[in-house]
Amino acid sequence: MSDSSPSRPAATTSAPRKPAVKKSAAKKSAGKKSGAESATKRSVPTTSAPKTTAAKTTIAKTTAAKTSATRRAAAPRGAFAAGAARASGERRRRTGTPLLPTETVELSPARRQAVTLTDDGAAVETVSPVAAVTPESTSPAPPRRRPTRSSMRTRRTSTSEQPRLHAVPTEGARNDDAVGAHAPSDDAGDLDTSDRTVASEARTHTSNDTSKATSSDASSAPGSVAASDTHVGGWEHALTSGIQSRAERLVGAVLESAEFSSEARPGPAELVDLAVNVLRAAATSAGLPAEDVERQVAQTLAYLRRRLSGDYVVDQFGFDEDYTLNVHLPLLRPFYRKWFRVEVRGIENIPSVGGALVVGNHSGTIAMDSLMTQVAVYDEHPDHRHLRMLGADLVFQIPFIGTMARRSGSTLAATTDAERLLRGGELVGVWPEGFKGVGKPFSERYKLQRFGRGGFVSAALRAGVPIVPVSIVGAEEIYPILGDMPAVARLLGMPYAPITPTWPLLGPLGLVPLPSKWLIEFGPPIETTSFGPDAAEDPMLVFDLTDQVRETIQQTLYSLLMQRRSVFL
Amino acid sequence: MANVVLVTGVSRYLGGLYARRLSQDPSIDRILGVDVVPPRHSIGRAEFVRADIRNPMIGRIMSQAGVDTVVHMNVIATPKDMGGRVTQKEINVIGTMQLLAACQKSESVTRLVVKSSASVYGSSPKDPAMFSEDMSPKSLPRTGFGKDSVEVEGYVRGFSRRRPDVEITMLRLANVVGPSIHTSITDYFSLPVVPIPMGFDARFQLIHEDDAVDAMILATTGPAVGIVNVAGDGFLTVTQCTAIARRPFFPVPLSTGGLLGAIVKRGGLADFSSDQLTLLAFGRGLDTTRMREVFGFEPAYTTRSAFESFSRHLRPAVPGVEGVGDVVSDAAGGTAAAIARVLDRIQP
Repeated sequence: MSDSSPSRPAATTSAPRKPAVKKSAAKKSAGKKSGAESATKRSVPTTSAPKTTAAKTTIAKTTAAKTSATRRAAAPRGAFAAGAARASGERRRRTGTPLLPTETVELSPARRQAVTLTDDGAAVETVSPVAAVTPESTSPAPPRRRPTRSSMRTRRTSTSEQPRLHAVPTEGARNDDAVGAHAPSDDAGDLDTSDRTVASEARTHTSNDTSKATSSDASSAPGSVAASDTHVGGWEHALTSGIQSRAERLVGAVLESAEFSSEARPGPAELVDLAVNVLRAAATSAGLPAEDVERQVAQTLAYLRRRLSGDYVVDQFGFDEDYTLNVHLPLLRPFYRKWFRVEVRGIENIPSVGGALVVGNHSGTIAMDSLMTQVAVYDEHPDHRHLRMLGADLVFQIPFIGTMARRSGSTLAATTDAERLLRGGELVGVWPEGFKGVGKPFSERYKLQRFGRGGFVSAALRAGVPIVPVSIVGAEEIYPILGDMPAVARLLGMPYAPITPTWPLLGPLGLVPLPSKWLIEFGPPIETTSFGPDAAEDPMLVFDLTDQVRETIQQTLYSLLMQRRSVFL
Repeated sequence: MANVVLVTGVSRYLGGLYARRLSQDPSIDRILGVDVVPPRHSIGRAEFVRADIRNPMIGRIMSQAGVDTVVHMNVIATPKDMGGRVTQKEINVIGTMQLLAACQKSESVTRLVVKSSASVYGSSPKDPAMFSEDMSPKSLPRTGFGKDSVEVEGYVRGFSRRRPDVEITMLRLANVVGPSIHTSITDYFSLPVVPIPMGFDARFQLIHEDDAVDAMILATTGPAVGIVNVAGDGFLTVTQCTAIARRPFFPVPLSTGGLLGAIVKRGGLADFSSDQLTLLAFGRGLDTTRMREVFGFEPAYTTRSAFESFSRHLRPAVPGVEGVGDVVSDAAGGTAAAIARVLDRIQP
């Protein structure tokens, strides 16, 4: 049928406009060798963007596709996909109608898939209304498939053979405007400003179809005339043709690439593609491997999504493994690797499965050594075990620190909790020196304080788990305590208010720990199962074991200190 | 076995649900539902007796009907619809005293079932991770529903000493949530913006309303087991709950003289005393091994599924938010599509 732009899924509101536009198009095609290839510019895959009515056809196709896409958007995928589908509707249009005779076209596999996915209903209905409303175009049905390059070229050279697809604004043409704007603006050279006006009018809106039609009619005529590259000399034309050719190439390449980056429903994928491309560009320009950056960003986004939907699990102690792995440990790793350059020995003494009690010396004003031990156990142990640390009551009363401690696996240093953890097969870390250990002055460094009342030992005895002593060298020097401010400590409810060489002298800078080199050595485990079931009730045994552990740690500390050549290197 | 059951608090939601479900048990001859106001919902085949348990008429009812099982569900946590804190305290404390006095006098009573609450454990940073039934709280709740529950448990313990022949089952229920029930927790998470204590993110357990009623039914008809913690599996944190309920939250400093409680109360919520606040700050864990092994009760809903069943019935915080999302997505998709094409070209 003559004008069949069968796949013009025009909304009926656009119907009146269409004939008018088609008239102009027909006129133009009559006038020129325009490659009024059916396809719009978009469908022209080649670098040579079609001239003349290209913009119009583009917009027409866009709107046409949009309408079809609108119909499809009713599908459950939702408005977001619909919007993007409208924006990239030309794909759907191209893959539309099997009913029309077309030129031979190679369909990319994705296009084939898209064809099958497209509702045949949508395709069909794109056919009929268009057929209904395009009475007068004399050209044959435009090929709905994407034509090959050669066919495009032939079509371009052929005149008045293809129907014009015209800009038919439909409702909600805003997305199209964004997209359509590219086409006409890219093809600025193609069309004259009058054509651009046509485009803009097509863009603007739907209500005054007829008026637009006439205006576009009028404007298209001179436009088409102007766009002919046969006549109209002058600098404007040279300029426009230069821009035009560049734009043609650019847009053709864009279309071509867009052509192959096909998903059937490109809505959210487009957004993601865009973001990924931006990220890749940024990463390569910054000299980082793009794949790593992408992976990292993807992990972060996935973590945020899980946080925002509450999609994580918190155990009875408040341990949030998701948070620990994605926030807590990564925050500590720079300290672990670069600042303190922790060297770990004897990690094989920690069992792979089952509970164990890790007992260490405590120092360093703040509990940095326990955090570094946690990172050490996770990173160095082949099974990546989590160390559940027992902390003092005070830690859990402080607002943010208490929550972070609970989330990263620490819990209260109470025998009930310790036993529950050990019986559950968890690795429990305890630092029995407590505040006496962290708050000891620099002059007493590496001298172990009293090791508590042995509660940790009785917990291990009751649970029957081995005790692994760990010696940490290097933590004493991060904040060397030179003095104390007992009045301030009492005021703030803290066990001590330390004075170090940098704090409070340098203010907030004094919070930066000195970069000493750390050595963490795990000693051989002390088995507790051999003592019998009631061993925990025997205070003598408990004290003996406590002493044994303390001595082991102290001797290891001395031997490590002798091996250490320098504090910071 | 239970033949004549007296249920207090039958006009409240849980009481009514319990009465309806108990009515389906054919082995129970008579169910008497007692409350101050007539129930607005069906109570199954329970006979409603309008009696204020704050005055001694309840004893006469018990002896007249030959009640052998007393189910005390009238320890209320929502003073708002009851007439304020004073009335709440009276109903809870004085009402329980009167009821237990009547039970002590009665010769027919052989079992007492009390719906207590896990708030008797209090909530503090020094708490162990999980409370088992024999543990005492580190910080006793000093106001509100928690304090009332502690007093009620004290009276029940005294009653058990005075009448050792009566079997007692006391269920310490975790916070009850569900699609229909209104408790302080459900009202709290229904706020359009949820105020949470700044710097704290408590983990706690919940129980579904159906599970709570099933536990009460099992306590009524099954063996008596003394004190049992009843809670669903698994834990949720406050921010996790706000995420599941799709609510934004804003942190309020905890120590600002009850500012958080004032905000919440002004939002017209049920009960927001300080023990609720500490629950939101420090949380509470309940050891449910005794519930499983001795009591023989398995909750059908985990904590998370109970909360999700509640949040499914929540209205969105901002009505029409999905529509806004669609419009934005439309525009974003179109623009992104266009820019992506250009970028594809530039970035080979």
